[in-house]
Amino acid sequence: MVDPHLLFEQLFNGVQYGILLFLLAAGLTLVFGIMDMMNLAHGSLYMLGAYIAATVALATDSFLLGIAVALPATLIVGIFLEVVILRKLYDRGHLDQVLATFGMILFFNELVRLIWGPAGIEVPLPSILNQSVTLFSIPLPLYRILVIGVGLAVAGFLYILVVKTKIGMLIRAGASNREMVGALGIDIKKIFTLVFGLGAALAALAGAMAGPIFAATIGMGENILIQVLVVIVIGGIGSIRGAFVGALLIGVIEIMGRSFLDDLFKLFLPVNAAETAAPAAASMLIYILMALVLFFRPQGLFPARSG
Amino acid sequence: MKKTLVLGVSALALALAAPQAMAAKAKEIKIGFVTTLSGGAGVIGKDMRNSVQIALDHLGNKMGGVPVKVLFEDDQVKPEVGKQKTEKLLHKDKVDIMSGFIWSHVVLASRNSVVKAGKFLIISNAGTSKIAGRLCHKNIFSTSWQNDQVPMAMGEVLNKRGVKSLYIVAPNYAAGRDMVAGVERTFKGKILGKDLTKWPTQLDFSAELAKARASKADGVFIFYPGRATNAFMRQYAQAGLTKTPLYSVFSVDSLSLPKMQQAKLTNVLGTFSTQFWAPDLDTPVNKKFVADYRKKFGSYPSHYGAQSYDSIMLIDSAVRAAGGDLKKMDTMRAAFRKADYGSVRGKYVYGNNHFPIQDFYLRKVVADADGKWTTKIEQKVYSNHQDVYASKCKMKKTW
Repeated sequence: MVDPHLLFEQLFNGVQYGILLFLLAAGLTLVFGIMDMMNLAHGSLYMLGAYIAATVALATDSFLLGIAVALPATLIVGIFLEVVILRKLYDRGHLDQVLATFGMILFFNELVRLIWGPAGIEVPLPSILNQSVTLFSIPLPLYRILVIGVGLAVAGFLYILVVKTKIGMLIRAGASNREMVGALGIDIKKIFTLVFGLGAALAALAGAMAGPIFAATIGMGENILIQVLVVIVIGGIGSIRGAFVGALLIGVIEIMGRSFLDDLFKLFLPVNAAETAAPAAASMLIYILMALVLFFRPQGLFPARSG
Repeated sequence: MKKTLVLGVSALALALAAPQAMAAKAKEIKIGFVTTLSGGAGVIGKDMRNSVQIALDHLGNKMGGVPVKVLFEDDQVKPEVGKQKTEKLLHKDKVDIMSGFIWSHVVLASRNSVVKAGKFLIISNAGTSKIAGRLCHKNIFSTSWQNDQVPMAMGEVLNKRGVKSLYIVAPNYAAGRDMVAGVERTFKGKILGKDLTKWPTQLDFSAELAKARASKADGVFIFYPGRATNAFMRQYAQAGLTKTPLYSVFSVDSLSLPKMQQAKLTNVLGTFSTQFWAPDLDTPVNKKFVADYRKKFGSYPSHYGAQSYDSIMLIDSAVRAAGGDLKKMDTMRAAFRKADYGSVRGKYVYGNNHFPIQDFYLRKVVADADGKWTTKIEQKVYSNHQDVYASKCKMKKTW
């Protein structure tokens, strides 16, 4: 009944969307898990990354250079934020952190409006990336294949960083027991700054990669942040592996819901009712999944602190 | 005897009335203009404000010899804010006439405030079916269209071009569903699929585009206003759908095209849209408006701007008819109903619901002589087209 070509293509789209969510979720889950810090402004760093990459790409006509500048620039902004503002919030409650970082969202949105104007920026891609390649007689957008490649590379890099290096060991230790790491004489402040900077750079990478698909616009971070939070809750706070699996799950479920739910509804509903009900139900699917995960496994699928 | 008395009374009345009429000529005319000046939709408000400026330049900042001032307010695309700003303009700034309004839900929230204050409301964009129908009012006029007319015209175009099957993608909110209903009302071919996407947060269209391609439809119809247009166009190209023609309403216009050109989205060139107006519409007023706009602001105006220019010019015609006396509501209303002014679209008439009965055109995206992307009129689709909601309006046409 369902065209297997279409099914495969939608699976590809779901994975691609999930990968984009993963780039954002990876940074956020580290900050959440290790610093116990509620950072709503993560989406602002994503936006900043997109704008910087777009501006550089437009000025130099090089998309690659745009990314190369956006990453360190946002990393510096992230470190600055951590040192100047967030550090003072670690000992406060989550509500204070939410308020402060929500204020940062407003600040960054206005800042971007001041610098770049209200309209947003379109990011030109090299024309070679604006095409699709045909794989098993399915045309797949080349750029989205690239996004998947970058996402997998980042996942690999994070795996090696977290599992195989000393810094990774400290990060994992920090996620499990912050006080103990501090008590052992490790400068936990430095680790926090490093992790936050890393998260900011990952957010910038996600923003720079998202630019050529959605364009850089004010408030782009808030839209996607909600889904990223769902990813983190499902995956388990502080867990990179959880973020990866959660992001792919959310991406695939979101796309599959949008693709096939209306056809499914048409089996037992009148056509018009199915057309209106399906999009609403499709946008609920990921929250239903989150509710289920919270009910049966409140710590998430891959909780970081379990060891 | 009786005759003399009548004459005497008339003369007396005239004598009394004449100095009053002289005194009633307003010292200054204030027009309240509600639009969106912040956020992503701020570009629309900017275009409208620029066009109002051009209109005021053409009028020498005077209407019927009276200096005119336009006060702009930002509705932030929120109905409650729009209503609040309308109240402020009416009661604090004491404006004489209200105009502007991009969004249907904002104008619906603000309508009653203007009606209660007994002022005229000249709507520059929002084409809600309610105000065209049941909620029509003797003091409300539109210089745009009713939402459904534009997609209906597109449906006719598709029939004429021999498009047999169509795939529809639009956002899942009031205007999105209106646009879909509009094209479905006139399109005679088969609709192979329809996706209503989450609005305004969904900017990823990969799933919908894959379905559209799999349906093998002859064409794709979209309605994506604002920033979503460009995201859609870009993903359309990336998904390898370039061979399937794209038909759009209220998506590809003078505001989105410069950004598409900047992003080198060449697949938008040659696509079709319908509208009552285009920058190249051949009327003397439009030529002057577009030329002066381009000279002053360096870009093409959009239909939002054209409608705003017309709003100011329509108000001017009524103020002149009343000799600058804004208390002559009946005289002004009669003048509004005649629509006897230099409109960018040429002459049109008002239907019983105070919405224009006008022509609609098919527009194609082309590069102009300087290489700038713009829309060019291909052919006329509708002549003197009236919206379908006029019959639901209780006002009778007496002019």
